[in-house]
Amino acid sequence: MNEFWEAKVALDWAQLSDSYDVVIIGGGGHGLSTAYHLALRHGITNVAVIEKSYIGGGNSGRNTTVIRANYGIPEAVRFYQRSLDLYQNLEAETERWIMHRVGGNWWLVHTEAGRRTEQARAAVNKAFGADTDFVEPEVIAREIPGINMNPLGRFPVMGASLHHGGATARHDRVNWALAEGAMRAGVDIVQGVEVTDIRTSGGRVVGVDTTAGSIATETVISAVGGHASVVADMVDVRLPIRTHPLQAFVTNHYERKFDPIIASADLGFYVSQTARGEMLAGAHIDPEPSYSRRAGHHFVNSIARNMVGLFPFMGNLRVLRQWTGTCDMSPDYTPVMGVTPVDGFFVTTGWGTWGFKAIPAGGEAMAQLIATGETPELIAPFALDRFERDRTLADRSSSGTH
Amino acid sequence: MIITCPHCGDRPIEEWVHGEIPVVPDSITDPDARDVDRAYFHTNAEGDVREAWFHLAGCRRWTTITRNTRGYV
Repeated sequence: MNEFWEAKVALDWAQLSDSYDVVIIGGGGHGLSTAYHLALRHGITNVAVIEKSYIGGGNSGRNTTVIRANYGIPEAVRFYQRSLDLYQNLEAETERWIMHRVGGNWWLVHTEAGRRTEQARAAVNKAFGADTDFVEPEVIAREIPGINMNPLGRFPVMGASLHHGGATARHDRVNWALAEGAMRAGVDIVQGVEVTDIRTSGGRVVGVDTTAGSIATETVISAVGGHASVVADMVDVRLPIRTHPLQAFVTNHYERKFDPIIASADLGFYVSQTARGEMLAGAHIDPEPSYSRRAGHHFVNSIARNMVGLFPFMGNLRVLRQWTGTCDMSPDYTPVMGVTPVDGFFVTTGWGTWGFKAIPAGGEAMAQLIATGETPELIAPFALDRFERDRTLADRSSSGTH
Repeated sequence: MIITCPHCGDRPIEEWVHGEIPVVPDSITDPDARDVDRAYFHTNAEGDVREAWFHLAGCRRWTTITRNTRGYV
């Protein structure tokens, strides 16, 4: 806890007007962060955020709350490090307790090839501003509570890249803090209203139709998670996105003494402990595209075996809750942000399984793009047209899971 | 989730490998643009989609099914 923990969040819901400078579709982290930065950094407050369910009810409230910048390519390291830095300061800036906690992200390896991969990752991270070191097994055995250094007999722990800045934060509180800040500055946020169509005239956006009436606007940002393709289809924009379910679960509460965030690509899962003491585990996306949020036993079964192998003490825990989010997967595992072929229609999507950690920097960059009309250098590589320009940013190994 | 194999009957999804059938819209006419679309872009429909599935842990043959991406088959 810290000096902000007692402050109550005060959300002030708006009625929709019939005209806005900017309409943001999707009241998740990215939509709220974009609105927040538009209002507080650029003084653009005639903004509506339209959420069809409740704010943070999609992937912003379903993710596993990991904040890290240990990506594998320069463009991503720079961007996520910016986001990690902004998260460090988010409590002081919003004066709201988001339960931000730095625990370090340990990416375990179990093969010689894995050692080389993680050593390369540490080098790329260091070169582009993220604080990551490669550590030997002795350090892991000493620092990680309860670890079995030879899980399942065939995955010996042979080292790890240790990302010192790896952190977690309470996802709902991040959404609420940003929403409150934006509302106070005059942004209208509505829940339970769905955008049904985006109107264009002569190749540019002129308004949106919603279940609560029509709105005139020349700027629409799609910040939806899961349904990005459905929204883009309203203006006939094709996206390089497939929607896949991603499952996660928490166990019952356990004494709060497990600080690190542990990931293992070979064992196919990652785990951290929440502030309440639950062990929070996630893995990879379901292989087939789907908009379904159903969670299944097969996932828990496969993850639990590896988890208990690596941490035998977790064999005593019970699965408390299991849930599913729908991830917008881009082909190169890198976000898709910025302008589209339709004037006035912007997207921030392709957030796959890595959207939560990008909320502050993603919103900051989108707000800057809308306010200045120019794509910030930080997100220029993530442009939608990178596919036709043959400038994809393959980063599957470091973004694949969380 | 169960997928019905014409050779093996109803089989669980864990036995199968998903295969997309890419459909480039007719509105894209430039050959290079069609190649880009086929390589990277997806209709990603919410609703019924036609897909090829490979029965890896069974008869090892392809079958084409219609699946509703809103929920289970």
